[in-house]
Amino acid sequence: MTDKIAPAATALIDMRNISIAFGGIRAVDDASIDLFPGEVVALLGHNGAGKSTLIKILSGAYKRDAGQIFVNGEEASISNPRDAKKYGIETIYQTLALADNVDAAANLFLGRELMTAWGTLDDVAMEAEARKVMGRLNPRFQRFKEPVIKLSGGQRQSVAIARAILFNARILIMDEPTAALGPQETAQVGELVKQLKSDGIGIFLISHDIHDVFELADRVCVMKNGQVVGTARTTDVTQDEVLGMIILGKCPPGAIPGPGALKIAA
Amino acid sequence: MTDTTSNPQADTARASELGVVARFLKATEIDTRMLGMVGALLIIWIGLHVISSLRLGVNPLDFDSRTFLTPRNLWNLSVQTSAVAIMACGMVLVIVMRNIDLSVGSAEGLIGMVMGFAQVHFLVRFVGLELGNPWIWVLALVIGLALGLLIGAFQGFVIAYLEVPAFIVTLGGLLVWRGAAWWVTSGQTVAPLDATFQLMGGGPSGSIGATWSWVVGIVACLAVVFALFNGRVQRKRFRFPLRPIWAETLLGVVTCAVIMGAVWLANSYPWPIGIVNRYAAANNITVPEGGLFIAHGIAIPVLMAIAVGLVMTFITNRTRFGRYVFAIGGNPEAANLAGINTRWITMKVFMIMGVLATIAAAISSARQNSATNVLGTLDELLVIAAAVIGGTSLAGGSGTIIGAMLGALLMQSLQSGMVLLGVDSPLQSIVVGAVLVIAVWLDTVYRKRV
Repeated sequence: MTDKIAPAATALIDMRNISIAFGGIRAVDDASIDLFPGEVVALLGHNGAGKSTLIKILSGAYKRDAGQIFVNGEEASISNPRDAKKYGIETIYQTLALADNVDAAANLFLGRELMTAWGTLDDVAMEAEARKVMGRLNPRFQRFKEPVIKLSGGQRQSVAIARAILFNARILIMDEPTAALGPQETAQVGELVKQLKSDGIGIFLISHDIHDVFELADRVCVMKNGQVVGTARTTDVTQDEVLGMIILGKCPPGAIPGPGALKIAA
Repeated sequence: MTDTTSNPQADTARASELGVVARFLKATEIDTRMLGMVGALLIIWIGLHVISSLRLGVNPLDFDSRTFLTPRNLWNLSVQTSAVAIMACGMVLVIVMRNIDLSVGSAEGLIGMVMGFAQVHFLVRFVGLELGNPWIWVLALVIGLALGLLIGAFQGFVIAYLEVPAFIVTLGGLLVWRGAAWWVTSGQTVAPLDATFQLMGGGPSGSIGATWSWVVGIVACLAVVFALFNGRVQRKRFRFPLRPIWAETLLGVVTCAVIMGAVWLANSYPWPIGIVNRYAAANNITVPEGGLFIAHGIAIPVLMAIAVGLVMTFITNRTRFGRYVFAIGGNPEAANLAGINTRWITMKVFMIMGVLATIAAAISSARQNSATNVLGTLDELLVIAAAVIGGTSLAGGSGTIIGAMLGALLMQSLQSGMVLLGVDSPLQSIVVGAVLVIAVWLDTVYRKRV
């Protein structure tokens, strides 16, 4: 998937000059990032670089102080998670954000429950749907009646992923999706990302694992101290160069520098 | 049975490894902690019965009329439990959402006073309704419900939107509402209450009599059978694991037996002789030699408590609102990220609590046939204890309505049993306090093991 995307194509997501501050600390400072259909963009950076915060602005968990968000070329107003979902933006949070005390089906449909004609919860239909989608992700999963707190890390992860893809997401945000997984499950998530990509879904991938990133992502965007260091196609830079961006903020020749790039007297 | 599970082979292999008890529990899908509560209740009942019999020097198996396990005592117990059980239903939701409501007893007192004042003074003197007008009790109740809703909405608003901890807000409410209750009539007791309003307090006329009690019992049994049958059909439709037929039958038979047993008990408690004679004289009935047996039947407050329990169970299990309450209790941040309006849900929970406090106030004041400014004092502790003993976790996220109602029955059994035994009230407090702590400790142990 390294074909050049035609410049005419409208970006699925275009976040421009986003800033947010928490009590004087500029967690995200004038950051811009875009995402095209069928593309995986990886967000990299140290802990506290502002990746998660930037992405939480997109998913509606935080409200930005400045900047604009465009979805399909049109300005979108996202001020809470419901708004984001309305635009087809689904998020798999690092913490998974599952309600531990209810079962998998209840979590998959949390906030978007299926109802019967009587206006009551249609648990049976929800469980049937849950069985379908979980069957695709994790065919051996059978513990539908148990609260998710009793599930293993991998199973919980697949519940979180299933919730994101259940409602025909167009934009998927994955915050450290493989952090809690073993090698086999990590490979499964990789397969899933490729499959979703071929369906034309755009994916933001936040990860610490640079090997993962080079295998799955089309572009990388590196952040440091709340600012974007630079954006590059994974084919145009080496892993070492990307590490240089993360650690030093040094933008290599293959990347488009952002406001956070180290200013070298040139 | 071939249709016990979707995967019979694997399951039989596993079932054979389990013991008899475990297999029984698995087949019937009975919650072990619920079974434990019923067991504790039975132990307390039998214990109190034996002790009260021994104190009188009678054989426990004679079921002397002054001992614990008699129709009269159990009937009174059911009426006494109603108010606390009703409020415990609301407290479950409050605690599940990781909040607490310390103000229910005081709110109950204020609402009781306002309803009493409304029916005895306000509606009669200022609105001009005649005493005994059938609208009086309706209007008094409507005023009470509106006030309860308002109190709940106000406290809920401060907790959810102004982000003051529920503990503080309702601790303030505990003082404020109790003070306000005194203010309504400057501390004067309001009595007697409207005759129709009084029916909510039970008593001979506040019960539905033998025939209707049997009707209620039979309808309840049919509902149980229908629910079991319907559940089975639904599971079959989506090929979910089914309970074996014997387990379904056993559940149905035991539940129906308990229901009919309770009806039989309520129907075994006759009206007092004085009231029977007055009733006979008024209706031109000649009292036969052995005395006329007129049964109380199920008391109206008990029916109200059962209705509240059913409605609240429905709300928690079958509606979106109930699902959100539990999800918020399990992980508030996740619920928020899922797009749930957690503040509005919090406020609604406190509004429900306010409405239930009103119903409890109506029952308690009707039972005493008076409204006093000490009505409901310390009820908040009984209500919280009932919910917690009934398995509601103070950490949030888990609890059941039926558990809380059983918890209320357990607390009330202890209390009225101690009264029957002549235990003085300081010792009663000590026992209730100790039981609460022990129950929560047992619950902690249980949660660690399961």
